[in-house]
Amino acid sequence: MVRFENVGLRYGLGPEVLRDLSFRVDPHSFQFLTGPSGAGKTSLLRLLYLSLKPTRGLITLFGHDVATLSPDALATLRRRVGIVFQDFRLLDHISTYENVALPLRVLGREEASYRDEVMELLHWVGLGERMWARPPVLSGGEKQRAAIARAVIARPQLLLADEPTGNVDPVLARRLLRLFIELNKSGTSVVIATHDIALMDLLDARRLVLHEGRMHIYE
Amino acid sequence: MSDAAMTSEPHDETAPASSAMPDTAMPAGDRAIVPADSIAGRALVAVIAIMTFLAALTLGAVVLIRAAASEWQSDVAREVTIQIKPVSGRNIDADVSKAADIATGLAGVAGVRPYSRAESARLLEPWLGTGLTLDDLPVPRLIVVRIATDATPDLAALAKALTDQIPGASLDDHRGWIDRMRAMGRTAVAIGLGLLVLVLAATTLSVTFATGGAMAANRAIIEVLHFVGAKDAFIAAQFQRHFLLLGLKGGVIGGVAAMLLFALAGLFGDWFKGTAGEEQVSALFGSFALGPEGYGAIVGLIALIAAVTAGTSRVTVYRTLGSIE
Repeated sequence: MVRFENVGLRYGLGPEVLRDLSFRVDPHSFQFLTGPSGAGKTSLLRLLYLSLKPTRGLITLFGHDVATLSPDALATLRRRVGIVFQDFRLLDHISTYENVALPLRVLGREEASYRDEVMELLHWVGLGERMWARPPVLSGGEKQRAAIARAVIARPQLLLADEPTGNVDPVLARRLLRLFIELNKSGTSVVIATHDIALMDLLDARRLVLHEGRMHIYE
Repeated sequence: MSDAAMTSEPHDETAPASSAMPDTAMPAGDRAIVPADSIAGRALVAVIAIMTFLAALTLGAVVLIRAAASEWQSDVAREVTIQIKPVSGRNIDADVSKAADIATGLAGVAGVRPYSRAESARLLEPWLGTGLTLDDLPVPRLIVVRIATDATPDLAALAKALTDQIPGASLDDHRGWIDRMRAMGRTAVAIGLGLLVLVLAATTLSVTFATGGAMAANRAIIEVLHFVGAKDAFIAAQFQRHFLLLGLKGGVIGGVAAMLLFALAGLFGDWFKGTAGEEQVSALFGSFALGPEGYGAIVGLIALIAAVTAGTSRVTVYRTLGSIE
């Protein structure tokens, strides 16, 4: 599904922040991406969701060398990836419902064809009564769940989540983890970037540990 | 998603009190991906309206000056004057009558009006005063020959016939005046066009920068659309449509205000018709009526400004998308 071969990344003329990364993310797999602050977790996630281009090495996503793809082809690949941003990135001027429906709208689907689907998912993540509220009036946890719902509404094959439990209490964090596990069971590969050891200890999953720009994998 | 673990909905104890309020009815007008109303958008409409108003005023003024200059030239060119100087031993009234007959017989002449002795005397009143007997003075007599519209009579043949048949007769075709008028008219129009180019350039630059400023507030929206898999053309179309409407809104406000101003000026001109002041003004500037050409040009200006606004938003979207990757 995802393959990195000797990938390196530097910003401008600075030092390499990621060095010789070689790893795979297999279909239906679940992994944590962890490491100390500044180790490059967010940079690696940005490479995964095609927001950055590597300075060297090869990245293959769903069997395509991403360096050779056109912007339209990259957009098509992005539709197969769900992203939960650390800062949520919800649009403040539209309702929670519209935020969650956004990936389906950009696919060109009519509202009538996805309305029930979006409402069901919003109920499922506990936002059934908040679906017409706009993000500025949602709590941190509600925003988090809205962001997760938006990431999974189009049934992505790969889910990337950047510190998805960073803004919630331990109880809610465990519930959100259960949500990711269920998504994984339904066939989505999951990569969760976190430095929450307690959260990782809840699940016996593969760990990709970044340290000083290099990756150590604990199966 | 039927697993028991997933059916228990997550509950957030940190939610604000208002979150307990059920909100299940879909509100209307909550779907625009680009915010329909924002401070930056309103400021952009204001900038566009002001700049369109100024550009439309300049454009209308150039149209008026061009029409007036053309009118000055054609007014002067539509008349020629025959002058008959008194020659001893000749009956000047007979010469005037003969010259009028010669002019009337020329193809392209719409009318001939000889000035009577009394009228000729009146022309001299400003210099010589009233109550003078001019019989003993060798006052020349004038005949105004009006040329038909779109006709080009053979004035050289007329001049020759007059000098051949009437001693002391000469033809003034106002060529010197026309040349000066033409030069003045061209200069006025050139200055107007220069100003119009400057105002249009200032308008385009202001609209471009104001649109860029309004777009800066939308960077987050572009990024989110990009990351949820929207193609570049889809994102650009969303913003282009929105900013085209903003451009049209501002353009119509400014353009229509300028049109109303010209229409009002034309109306005032009609109200004061016949007064000395109105005659002076209309002699210089013609009427303030822009005509279909002027109003059409302002409509074109509105379309141009809306297109510049939409185009700038499109370019900004692609530039922003280029900076994301």
